[in-house]
Amino acid sequence: MFKKLAITAVALSALAGTPAIAAGGAGYVTDYAFSFEGPFGAYDQNQLQRGLKVYTEICASCHGLQYVPFRTLSDDGGVGLPEDQMKAYTANFEVWDSSLNDGEGDYRQALPSDNFPAVKGVGAPDLSLMAKARAGFHGPYGLGTNQLFKGMGGAEYIASLLAGYTGEEKEEAGTVLYENKAFPGGWISMAPPLWGDDLEFDDGSATDLESISQDVSAFLMWTAEPKMMARQQMGFTAVLLLSLLTVLLYLTNKRLWAPVKKKAKAAGQPAE
Amino acid sequence: MSGIPHDHYEPTTGGEKWLHKRLPIVGLLYDTLMLPTPKNLNWMWIWGIVLTFTLALQIITGIVLVMHYTPHVDFAFASVEHIMRNVNGGWALRYLHMNGASLFFVAVYLHIFRGLYYGSYKAPREVTWIIGMLIYLCMMGTAFMGYVLPWGQMSFWGATVITGLFGAIPFIGEALQTWLLGGPAVDNATLNRFFSLHYLLPFVIAGLVIVHIWAFHTTGNNNPTGVEVRRTSKAEAEKDTLPFWPYFVIKDLFALALILAVFFAIVGFMPNYLGHPDNYIEANALATPAHIVPEWYFLPFYAILRAFDDTVWLVQLVGFLTGGIVDAKFFGVLAMFGAIVVMAIVPWLDTSNVRSGRYRPMFKWWFWIFVVNFVVLTWVGAMPAEGIYPVISLIGASYWFAYFLIILPLLGVIEKPDVQPATIEDDFNAKFKSSDGKDGAPAASPAE
Repeated sequence: MFKKLAITAVALSALAGTPAIAAGGAGYVTDYAFSFEGPFGAYDQNQLQRGLKVYTEICASCHGLQYVPFRTLSDDGGVGLPEDQMKAYTANFEVWDSSLNDGEGDYRQALPSDNFPAVKGVGAPDLSLMAKARAGFHGPYGLGTNQLFKGMGGAEYIASLLAGYTGEEKEEAGTVLYENKAFPGGWISMAPPLWGDDLEFDDGSATDLESISQDVSAFLMWTAEPKMMARQQMGFTAVLLLSLLTVLLYLTNKRLWAPVKKKAKAAGQPAE
Repeated sequence: MSGIPHDHYEPTTGGEKWLHKRLPIVGLLYDTLMLPTPKNLNWMWIWGIVLTFTLALQIITGIVLVMHYTPHVDFAFASVEHIMRNVNGGWALRYLHMNGASLFFVAVYLHIFRGLYYGSYKAPREVTWIIGMLIYLCMMGTAFMGYVLPWGQMSFWGATVITGLFGAIPFIGEALQTWLLGGPAVDNATLNRFFSLHYLLPFVIAGLVIVHIWAFHTTGNNNPTGVEVRRTSKAEAEKDTLPFWPYFVIKDLFALALILAVFFAIVGFMPNYLGHPDNYIEANALATPAHIVPEWYFLPFYAILRAFDDTVWLVQLVGFLTGGIVDAKFFGVLAMFGAIVVMAIVPWLDTSNVRSGRYRPMFKWWFWIFVVNFVVLTWVGAMPAEGIYPVISLIGASYWFAYFLIILPLLGVIEKPDVQPATIEDDFNAKFKSSDGKDGAPAASPAE
């Protein structure tokens, strides 16, 4: 009986993944191997710094990161910029401060305590949470098991999208649409933002399209989930301690019930 | 009904006697903790502790989250990100609270299935069952309103769809919906009242939980045999029972620790697995998501809601008979709430006088089909309402109602139950017969 219900419980929790399926006509998402995948994955600090550079030089002209505070660029378990570099980087930005100019507001130089500015007017979505607002691996058959094994696939989706342009374009109702293998529906209004060799890295890292797509995707995973490393650390500690507690309670329970079971066993024995 | 006879608290020192005369609270706690509990309870009797723990977890994390959350359409989404990024340990609180809801529903469904299989709803435990159903309803309301608070796309559109159900009620629907929302559409007024109720309802649940526990402490626990504890004398009762402390407290804590290890693995390593990516996009009244799906624990009922479209003959017939007042949409709403109503009144639908499914050979089959059906409905509720899926929903929804309204009433009449053990003691002793090596003892043959 318990075994059967245990199976049901497993089935239930597996099924629980179903809401994450949705999205009709999903595009093709490549299962890139990111360093932060799996329970013991970690952000690659160099990759995040490269991704920050890609974002700053290319994406930032249209996309904001309005939920990300500049100071977190120096946080451990993330981009990890040295304090002075973070401050120098922050000084490149201007933010709107409504308290300036006698309450009418004005732009001022950004401080580490400010968030990245939102970019409005171009109609491009904010990227702070993009890696969590998209999913890569759906199914199969609405069971959600793909995401159980491969992860949600948000970063993979972004990387696939950036590297997924076919070069075809069409005009529809006055808008130019670009064909993209990863985009649901196949046609996206964003012009190809990356072509490969769009920028150079000081350490000479690869700048081909696939590489920089993955770099910026990894960076966007960090902007969406900046506390991932701390979270996994907590998960690991908690599971370890709870497993230990489970074993101790199992042994306590066994010893506690032993006399009761012994008595029952004696009583259940056929009479001699 | 008199309780199971057992030792009661006797104040010994002067101070204890003084307090006991004025407020017998120590006695109350003692009697609660030392409750005689059937000693043959199996591992399906642990979910109550898991549920109590989860309620406490949700209330504690929730209270702290409220300290940092802003219930306003312009700030709600940003304040959740503030919690995730700027509040110390905020990400942990939020992920615990978010996944705590899922733990709550996994546990409550297993708890309910336990009750359905072992006939825990049957006399004299009908009141316990009804209160349990009220708790379940409050849980659903709380979870639904809690999901609206982060003000993501699924929050907004889920709220729009579900409150739209009230709009399907004939004559008063639209006025009722406007009253519930505080306006013509889901907006700031809706968010504020949902926030208020989301904070209130868990305390209502906590109150109901106390009554739930009070009720089954009055009747005594059910057990896997469904046979009642003998209660003519204390000595006899002690053959069937063991005190709750320490025997069942330790057992339950062991199970709880194991379940929490799994829970923390989910929170630590895949906290968004059970959520929907669209809820990381801020609510936008101008952009409808491709598929609006509720949280996983509502999916079986969502499937039942969508099962009855106007191609179903029953819907057409009811529509014709009521002169179009009950249309397909309203029928679906009635079916969804009806599914819970029939479950709530199961004590009066099940005609069998055998309590436990263990001794009901035919019932067992129908019960397991019911469980599988529930899983299928969960799955189909997440699929788009096209192709084969509406047909599966319809079959699943029909079985749900057939189980409660036809199968359970009939089975009691036609089924020939197996022999039940005379006492709980017999069942317990039989379980540990030497042929059964389950308790890890060497399976020595009786020395005869």
